[in-house]
Amino acid sequence: MSSSGAGAGSRSSLTDVTPPDSGESPEATTSTVVEAAAEIPDPHALDDAHAELLARFENELGAGVLDTGKAFGMPIVRVQRTEWRRAAEICRYTLECDFLSFVAGVDWMPAPKEGGDDAGGDTSSPVQPTETTYGVTGSDGRFQVFARVQSTSRNYGITLKVDVDDDALLVQSWVPVYPGADWHERETWEMYGFVFDGHPALRHLYLPTGFEGHPLRKDYPLLSRVVKPWPGLVDVEAMPGGDEDAAAEPAVAEPAVAEEAS
Amino acid sequence: MSTTNPPLPEFDVDPRAFRTLADAQMGVELDTGDMILNLGPQHPATHGTLRLVVRLDGERVISADPVIGYMHRGYEKLVEFRTYPQITTLINRIDWLSSFANEVPFIDAAEKLMGVDAPPRAQYIRTILTELSRISTFVLFLGEMGLQVGALTPAFYGFRDREHVVNLIESVTGGRFHPNFNRVGGLKDDLPWGWVNETRTVLKKIYDACDVFEDLVAGNEIFAARTKGVGIIPPEIGAAYGVSGSNLRASGVDWDLRRDGAPYLVYPDLDFKVWTHPDGDSFARYWVRLQETRESCRMVLQLLDALPSGPIMAKVPRIIKVPAGEVWTEVENPLGQMGYYVFSKGATGPFRVKIRSASFSNVSILPWMLRGVFVPDVITILASLYFILGDIDR
Repeated sequence: MSSSGAGAGSRSSLTDVTPPDSGESPEATTSTVVEAAAEIPDPHALDDAHAELLARFENELGAGVLDTGKAFGMPIVRVQRTEWRRAAEICRYTLECDFLSFVAGVDWMPAPKEGGDDAGGDTSSPVQPTETTYGVTGSDGRFQVFARVQSTSRNYGITLKVDVDDDALLVQSWVPVYPGADWHERETWEMYGFVFDGHPALRHLYLPTGFEGHPLRKDYPLLSRVVKPWPGLVDVEAMPGGDEDAAAEPAVAEPAVAEEAS
Repeated sequence: MSTTNPPLPEFDVDPRAFRTLADAQMGVELDTGDMILNLGPQHPATHGTLRLVVRLDGERVISADPVIGYMHRGYEKLVEFRTYPQITTLINRIDWLSSFANEVPFIDAAEKLMGVDAPPRAQYIRTILTELSRISTFVLFLGEMGLQVGALTPAFYGFRDREHVVNLIESVTGGRFHPNFNRVGGLKDDLPWGWVNETRTVLKKIYDACDVFEDLVAGNEIFAARTKGVGIIPPEIGAAYGVSGSNLRASGVDWDLRRDGAPYLVYPDLDFKVWTHPDGDSFARYWVRLQETRESCRMVLQLLDALPSGPIMAKVPRIIKVPAGEVWTEVENPLGQMGYYVFSKGATGPFRVKIRSASFSNVSILPWMLRGVFVPDVITILASLYFILGDIDR
């Protein structure tokens, strides 16, 4: 998953029954694959302005860049933990990215399903893969902070990511560079527990003072579903005219991707 | 019960005693301690449950601290427990005045990841409804801003004119405020019969109403005195705080994601002007929104003329399963930049969604803006920033 794109969103995945990255199919099909690739442009390709922005950023930060990638025309850079604030300074003062869009966190751990899916509790939510995978530029550990800055004059933007040490949970703060990072970092702090080094006052933003736990972590349960099972499936009764098959199997079990509505 | 109060005992009043007392008070150092004023959480000027803790020195604000979270619904957590088609129901409630515009970027994210393109007619109808959402949001603002500075009449005009637009949205989607009309790959339904002509009529009404607002509110001397030079946002500070949309354009930043961002919907085909104002004060924000309402009317008329025929749904699987990947989609919502950063792991629901809502960043500049202003101007500034609490608290 560390390579850019990783087959996500490639346009042939809808109509083809075989997944697009099964390259070991007979050689006869490779010519058609090449043709298909020729007529459909890469959805992840960067335009000139973004390619230049990415090159300039890499040039400025040098060894601080761990990995670069792109997703649907948007450059993504994963930077070293010690260079997080310098990355912001480069963006704001050198690359003219004056607009702070957001700062947020992500927890890559799959949500634990205690006792399996049929152990009561929530059975209606989408079943996520149980193996840990990371986004476009990969990750060193469970937690990441990602942020997006944009330029109001040059119409480009870049997404920056930084890994968070699982033990220290310490990230450099962006408040000295972008004052708007204040609230975003307070939110990330209370939702994930990351401490932003250099933030003026990490107080609760959304949650009441004294709230325990970090709600957006994957191991924090959605309490309403724990207290009372989701009634959606319980309420489903078979239609009077039959249609038992549709009622018997849950809607999330192995959906047929190739099946198309008219 | 005919008891009478006993008469006061007789006493002599020496007028000089009072004078001495007053002199004694004047002689000491006046105690001008700071006063802490709580605006909200239930205050008519705060559009919901925003609480402002303002520290005052006399009439002047020393510091202001917005306290948010009274309406936090945890959408970023909830969407992890829902499938893609279910999520549009939730994100309708982020900015409830322009619900349809909230759905568009999220559906756009899912469609990008799946590699689906909605058919042209669906794209046009989406653009029309997005612009109608903008008109309904702004028309309410144009009236309500008058209310916040003490003029009652414009508010009635605002609600009256918004009703026309909301009725239009209702006749297409079935919902006045929460349409839930977007589907991955297109729309739920086509336009009803006769809707296009009805829309043209309404747009004419709105266009004329803009003249009324211009005369009645923007042309009003008192309104100008209350708003001009009040609450100035310098462009570089506004951008660094993430202030976006009309608030930033009113500071002279010529940046509109409909024109400058990644192309979405049919905005690249449209001919429209991006309005800016150099002043950056509360009046400029009012003026820019007034012009943008007119511009949106022109855009919808263009769209209605060019509305293509054809299907409104692309071919999509019956069960929406989105391939693994990540995508960022941003659009120009009525209140500013609205975006979704979606991480998908190939399931029927997203793994993580970061919701970037406009009002959150627009309001985060308040501690900076309110320092040193007078108390009545606090209300003007709050009103001119124009936020929706659901858009702050998510």
